[in-house]
Amino acid sequence: MREVNVKDISDAVRDIAIEANCVLGDHEIEYFKKMAEKEESPTGREIFEMMLENARIAREERIPICQDTGMAVVFLEIGQDVHLVGGDLTDAVNDGVRRGYEEGYLRKSILKDSINRVNTGDNTPAFIHVKIVPGEKVKVTVAPKGGGSENMSRFRALKPAEGIEGVKDFVVQAVAEAGGNPCPPVVVGVGLGGPFEKVALRAKEALLIPLGQRNADPFYAAVEEELLERINKTGVGPQGLGGRVTALDVHIVQGPCHIATLPVAVNLNCHATRHGERII
Amino acid sequence: MSEVKKITAPMTDEAVRRLKIGDKVGISGVIYSARDAAHKRLVELIEKGEDLPFDLEGSVIYFVGPAPAKPGHAVGSAGPTTSYRMDPYSPALIARGLKGMIGKGGRSEEVKRAMVEHGAVYFAAVGGAGALISKSIKKAEIIAYPELGAEAVRRMEVEDFPAIVAIDAHGGDLYLKGREEYRIGE
Ligand code: SF4
Repeated sequence: MREVNVKDISDAVRDIAIEANCVLGDHEIEYFKKMAEKEESPTGREIFEMMLENARIAREERIPICQDTGMAVVFLEIGQDVHLVGGDLTDAVNDGVRRGYEEGYLRKSILKDSINRVNTGDNTPAFIHVKIVPGEKVKVTVAPKGGGSENMSRFRALKPAEGIEGVKDFVVQAVAEAGGNPCPPVVVGVGLGGPFEKVALRAKEALLIPLGQRNADPFYAAVEEELLERINKTGVGPQGLGGRVTALDVHIVQGPCHIATLPVAVNLNCHATRHGERII
Repeated sequence: MSEVKKITAPMTDEAVRRLKIGDKVGISGVIYSARDAAHKRLVELIEKGEDLPFDLEGSVIYFVGPAPAKPGHAVGSAGPTTSYRMDPYSPALIARGLKGMIGKGGRSEEVKRAMVEHGAVYFAAVGGAGALISKSIKKAEIIAYPELGAEAVRRMEVEDFPAIVAIDAHGGDLYLKGREEYRIGE
C-alpha cells in the first residue's frame, strides 16, 4: 500500500491544464507539418501555416492555443494499492482546475446547468473519469475539450446487420456534416460497443491516442486507415473552406456489446488536440 | 501566397460588394465582439425598439469570447467561435446595418439571403488560432453586458486582423464551392 496525497493530484491537474492549453507537443507539431504537405488548396495551405504560427506564439508567450480552453475532462487511473490521503479527491481535482484556469489566464466556460446558463466562474467542476487499475501509481490525464468540436459529437444505435460498412458511412457522414464547425483538420474518435454511456466514453478515450498510432487489432487498424482516406476525400478541408486534409487521424476504441446492438459514437477534437498526463 | 486586401471597419456598402469569396483580408479599425448570449439581447432590444450599445450602421461583429488577458496584453487568446449559433439572430442585425461578421463555419440560407439583400460579408477567421489573432487586437474594452464575462460585448481596435472572405454579398459561399472543388467521388 502506497500513500498518495490528493494535493499532488491537484497540483498535477493545475499544471497540465495550463501546459496542455498553451503548448502543442512536438509530436503533434511534426505530425501536423507532415499533413500540411498533403494539402493542395492554397487557402488550406495558408491556414496550416497560420495554425503552426499560432502554435509557436502560444508556446513562446504561454498563452492559450485557442481561446476556448474547454471543459476540464480529467481521467484518473488509480492503482488499487494506492491509499489516497489528504482530503477529498474530487475537491482536490476541482481545486486544481480552479487554480489552473485562474493562474493560467484560461477562459472559464462552465455553466451551472444547461438551461439557466449561469457561469460557475472558475471552470469547475471538472468532468472526472476514474479507473481502478493494478499497481500503486496514479496516472492523471487532463484533456481540455472545446465546445465547438464537442457540439459535433454523434451517437447512433446501428442495426447489427449494418455491420462495419454502416459504421464507416456513419463516421464519414458525421465529419462531412460537421464541415468547418469543429475547426478542421480534426482528430476523429470513434467508440464502438458497450452500453450507451460506455460507447461515448470510448469515443472520447480514442482522442487521447497519439496521432499516427494504429489500433492494435489489424482489422480495426485497417478500418482507421480507410476512414481517414474517405474523410479526406470529402473535400471539407482546413476550416471547412475546401481541401484535402479534413482529418489528421482517426482512432477507434472498440469493445464488447450486447447481442442485439451495434452502438457507435463519434467525438471530434479540433486541430488544437490538447491533452497531457503525469504519473504520480 | 495571395495578396492581402486591406479592409477598414466600419465598412461601406461599396467595400462590402467589392469582396469575393476566397479573398484574403486584413481588417483594421473598430469591430465589436458578441456571441450567442449578447446576440439574444441585441435582438431583444431591436424588437423593443430600444437603442443598441453600439451603432450597427456599417459595423463588423466578431463572434468571439476571448480568454482573459495576461498583464500587459490587450486581450487573451481570441479566435472565432462557431457561427451557426448566431444564425437565428444575424438577419435582424443585417437588416439594421450590420455589414460584416467574423466567425468560423458555414451559415444558414436565411443569413445568406439577408446578406445578399442588404449587402453584408462574412469573414472566416482561423478557428483555434486564438493566440495569433490576439496579436492583431490592439485594444479591447467591455462596452455592454459585463456580467456575461467572456461573452460581454467588447469594442476592439484591430490592425490587419487576418481573415478570408467565406461568404460574399453576391451569394458566393466558399464552404460549398471549396468542398465541391476538392471532393473526390461519393
Ligand atoms: S473547435 Fe477547438 S480549436 Fe475550434 S474554437 Fe473550439 S476549442 Fe478552439
